[in-house]
Amino acid sequence: MQKVNLCDACSKEKGVQDPTGFALADLLLGIGAAEEIEKGSSTQRCPVCGFTQADFKKAGRLGCSTCYATFTEALTALLKAMHKGTAHVGKVPQRAHRAGELSDRMRNLNESLQKAVAEENYETAASLRDQIKQLESDLAP
Amino acid sequence: MKFSNVMSNAGEWLRGEGPHHQIVVSSRVRLARNLRNRAFPGWAKKAERTSILELIKPHLEKLPEMQDSFSELLQDLSALEKQVLVERHLISREHAAKSAGSAVIMNRRQTLSIMINEEDHLRMQSMRSGLQLKQAFKLLDKIDTALENELEFAYDQRLGYLTACPTNVGTGMRASAMLHLPGLVLSELINQVVQAVSKIGLAVRGLYGEGTEAMGNLFQISNQTTLGEKEDEIIARLTKVIETIIEKEHDARQVLIQKKSNTLWDQIGRAYGVLTYAHAMSSKEALNLLSIIKLGIDLNVFPEEKRLPIDELFIDTQPAHLQKTSQQKLNAEERDHLRAQIIRARLKVLPKPDISNLAKDSGDGSSPASSEQ
Repeated sequence: MQKVNLCDACSKEKGVQDPTGFALADLLLGIGAAEEIEKGSSTQRCPVCGFTQADFKKAGRLGCSTCYATFTEALTALLKAMHKGTAHVGKVPQRAHRAGELSDRMRNLNESLQKAVAEENYETAASLRDQIKQLESDLAP
Repeated sequence: MKFSNVMSNAGEWLRGEGPHHQIVVSSRVRLARNLRNRAFPGWAKKAERTSILELIKPHLEKLPEMQDSFSELLQDLSALEKQVLVERHLISREHAAKSAGSAVIMNRRQTLSIMINEEDHLRMQSMRSGLQLKQAFKLLDKIDTALENELEFAYDQRLGYLTACPTNVGTGMRASAMLHLPGLVLSELINQVVQAVSKIGLAVRGLYGEGTEAMGNLFQISNQTTLGEKEDEIIARLTKVIETIIEKEHDARQVLIQKKSNTLWDQIGRAYGVLTYAHAMSSKEALNLLSIIKLGIDLNVFPEEKRLPIDELFIDTQPAHLQKTSQQKLNAEERDHLRAQIIRARLKVLPKPDISNLAKDSGDGSSPASSEQ
């Protein structure tokens, strides 16, 4: 059991109105969880696993990794209340590291290409297009 | 490797040899990992769980750290065998409730155990004796890196490793240490410590983790949050807090020796008397009394070489271990008799408490206290 002392302003921000009326989701997931879940449309389904917000409310666990993207709105506040920060700063798997670098490079190339086209620098544009094609084939699984 | 081998070898982490082993019984770190775009175990249907299990298991068995391992499907273990693994902290209570579609694999030394399809597809756990969180993490990190080349883990650039429960997202890491704190409990300072630790975002729990009672003056302390902090930062912060608690425990013991020595000797004498002569004992009473004997060894009231047989009793007197050893199912009353019998037999080698030797808390090299003698 974690005890939290909140001032008026913070308690509103965290969605506490009635201190005696905490929902189960609040107890399990931190203050404000139940309200966040209510807010989202309960008909939304995860395209990968078919999970809904109602399922989450019941189980307190998600259906699959894609649920994080599907229910991102509801989860953001929840994660903020639950953790020290809102972004991961720890270990990055090699695969994701490489994919992250590649997607950064792709974005840079696309920006350069647009610039080259706008400046009617077609020779550069052609070379950039080749590099993008090469990178696309690298990225393909 | 067979279950009987698991049973006959005590886990290496139990042989108190690590740093600060008098107070830190064990250190453990676990990592949660999931496969990308596959339903988490709690939501997956049986067929999908089985296919995930079949995908993951061969990669684990191939790991160099898992040569000569114990690898078993949960459905092939009896309820009693599962409970033995829980009592050794090799699987969680939640995992013990699983059957088809889940598995456990562990190394011979019982310092590394991996649960497949617990709450997450993979729960990898590394255990060490004493305070060695950094070393425990290092091994897991290596295994995790080896596995990520073979399996595609669910990972998000912003949120990190994605887990079934949002409380584990980010690093997916939980680092914890099991502390033996009889000094703080006897001097009634433990609640202050628990409260202070909770305030800085760490959790304090009982013997078997979440929602369990503190027995035998054993407390588990672990990180509460997993997002927004690096793995080594979490471990460094936790280690520092544990070192402070170790100091407080030593201080509390010194104060007890100096100011409440009669209470202390009374506790040790009673524990010795009851354990030596009782004919029925619950596992809770056994743990609480053994904890006092363990304190007595730390304080040189009992000889140091009796430490291991006493430490082993902490595990051997647990309900499933009793039944597995006696090879029969026992009701609570029968267990209590058998437990008392085993303890009486084991304590025959333990001489009477000798408070003349006493006196210094040998753990931290702090100045010896004056004895009552």
